[in-house]
Amino acid sequence: MGKIVLKSVRKSFGDVQVIPSVDLTIENGEFVVFVGPSGCGKSTLLRLIAGLEDTSSGTIEIDGKDATSLPPAKRGLAMVFQSYALYPHMTVRKNIMFPLKMAGMDIEAATKKADAAAKVLNLTSYMERKPGQLSGGQRQRVAIGRAIVREPAAFLFDEPLSNLDAALRGNMRLEITELHHTLKTTMIYVTHDQVEAMTMADKIVVLQAGNIEQVGSPLDLYNHPANVFVAGFIGSPRMNLLTGTDAQAMGATTIGVRPEHVDISTTAGKWKGIVSVAELLGSDTFLHVNVEGHGSMTVRAGGDVNLRYGDAVYLSPQDSKVHRFGADGKAIA
Amino acid sequence: MARSTTTNSKVIVTIGAWLVGFLIFFPILWIFLMSFHTEGDAIKSPFAMLASPWTTEAYQAVQTQNGYGKFFMNSVVISVGSTVLALIIGIPAAWSMAFVPGKKTKDLLMWMLSTKMMPAVGVLIPMYLGFKVTGLLDTRTGLVAIGTLINLPIVIWMLYTYFKEIPGEILEAARMDGASLSSEILYVLTPMALPGIASTLLLNVILSWNEAFWSLQLTTSDAAPLTQFIASFSAPEGLFYAKLSAASTMAIAPILIMGWFSQKQLVRGLTFGAVK
Repeated sequence: MGKIVLKSVRKSFGDVQVIPSVDLTIENGEFVVFVGPSGCGKSTLLRLIAGLEDTSSGTIEIDGKDATSLPPAKRGLAMVFQSYALYPHMTVRKNIMFPLKMAGMDIEAATKKADAAAKVLNLTSYMERKPGQLSGGQRQRVAIGRAIVREPAAFLFDEPLSNLDAALRGNMRLEITELHHTLKTTMIYVTHDQVEAMTMADKIVVLQAGNIEQVGSPLDLYNHPANVFVAGFIGSPRMNLLTGTDAQAMGATTIGVRPEHVDISTTAGKWKGIVSVAELLGSDTFLHVNVEGHGSMTVRAGGDVNLRYGDAVYLSPQDSKVHRFGADGKAIA
Repeated sequence: MARSTTTNSKVIVTIGAWLVGFLIFFPILWIFLMSFHTEGDAIKSPFAMLASPWTTEAYQAVQTQNGYGKFFMNSVVISVGSTVLALIIGIPAAWSMAFVPGKKTKDLLMWMLSTKMMPAVGVLIPMYLGFKVTGLLDTRTGLVAIGTLINLPIVIWMLYTYFKEIPGEILEAARMDGASLSSEILYVLTPMALPGIASTLLLNVILSWNEAFWSLQLTTSDAAPLTQFIASFSAPEGLFYAKLSAASTMAIAPILIMGWFSQKQLVRGLTFGAVK
């Protein structure tokens, strides 16, 4: 089981209010991603759930029980840290066995469990090594191994892939997602990388300045951003956000259109501009166009489009795909 | 960056360094050589560096008349006991200051250090009377207690510095893994800080071993350590240079040997964390 409910959770460090008030329900078995720019309070929120920080007010319930004042050890959660936080003086096996030892399990049973976890994570041949002798990816696997042997109510991941190189990050992303499918345990995952959020989550929680901006499935957030912040944050490349007369003409303060929803032509269109950068990805081409009166806009075109720096182009948004936002930044239905 | 040094300047610097080293070492060498003189030769003027005849008379006299063994045991019990006790108190204290500091932690650390700035003689009378009233005068327990108190500020300061080098996330991981506070300190913090703890231990054993002020004031015979043993040879009846030297050599030897074998550990501990 692993249902976690936050009720009016507030956290401040001295006079600095980091989390004004958060209400959130995480269902059993869900993969929830907290995403937001650095300093948005996502890690703090995770640490509050873990019990590594005390809440200033509000309650945290784990499986229906009030866990607000329980120490981390008693919450039945496991955490994977960005820095891996392995015990450098212990072998891989001892690292993985540590939580079982703390739970008072006998050595034989603990060894068996650690070996089984190692098998799942392809660590069997490294069991006698110390963390210092492992690569970044292997260390992260050991950290995950240490988390899974406990059979926790939920896993907490604090930016676990940030220290890995891009290729390894992609692999580990898949491995963690697969692990979730196998274990079906609640996972809460903190990241600033919206690609990780989109690809892994059942439910994304977008945070800014300690406030929840929107909660929903990846495609919900992508297709129906609740406000300008979410619209700009989710999606890569970013949504084009325009203000001024074009927005007013559509009855909004700000309008947003994603790069793939802008049609491009060399002859006619709504906005005229000059290509400043063409990023060729093979499958796609991202064109950064300097549009008169609006500044830079990004357009996603096919891989075979033959436009380069300095070319004059016309852009037109697909009207049905335009997102409209009011003066308060909220989406207009 | 390569520095241009000529062979000449290198030779001069090397000779200079050896000279300074010799100058610092000279008193110890002098004591050592003196200990092999007869008592008569030792007070002769001008003094001959090398004894003739070479004799271990002074050592035998010191051993049979004064009983080196008892003083040695007292020194061991007092220095090791006070250091271990200081570590037992100091490790949790340094843990809390390093990992859950409060607003006044820095002030507290400064205050502890400030007690080392006061001349010990300033509190001699109250301490002496306190020891007298509690019956701790000339007892090992009393000396271990005062040794612990003397060491504690240094122990906490050193441990605090070492603990600060340990990433807090690892201790948080231990907490998440279900470790209680004592398990966290015992299984995770202590093994990780072992080089630092070891050098703290060594340094404080050395300091306690050499501590003379309190041991001379608060002991007479039963709990007297080697510092008292040395001092007993400068008695009102006269100075016994050869015996004094022999006693000093025997008092210095154990700690010198220990220091020699643990120098690698000491240096590693004292520079712990300087380079990742």
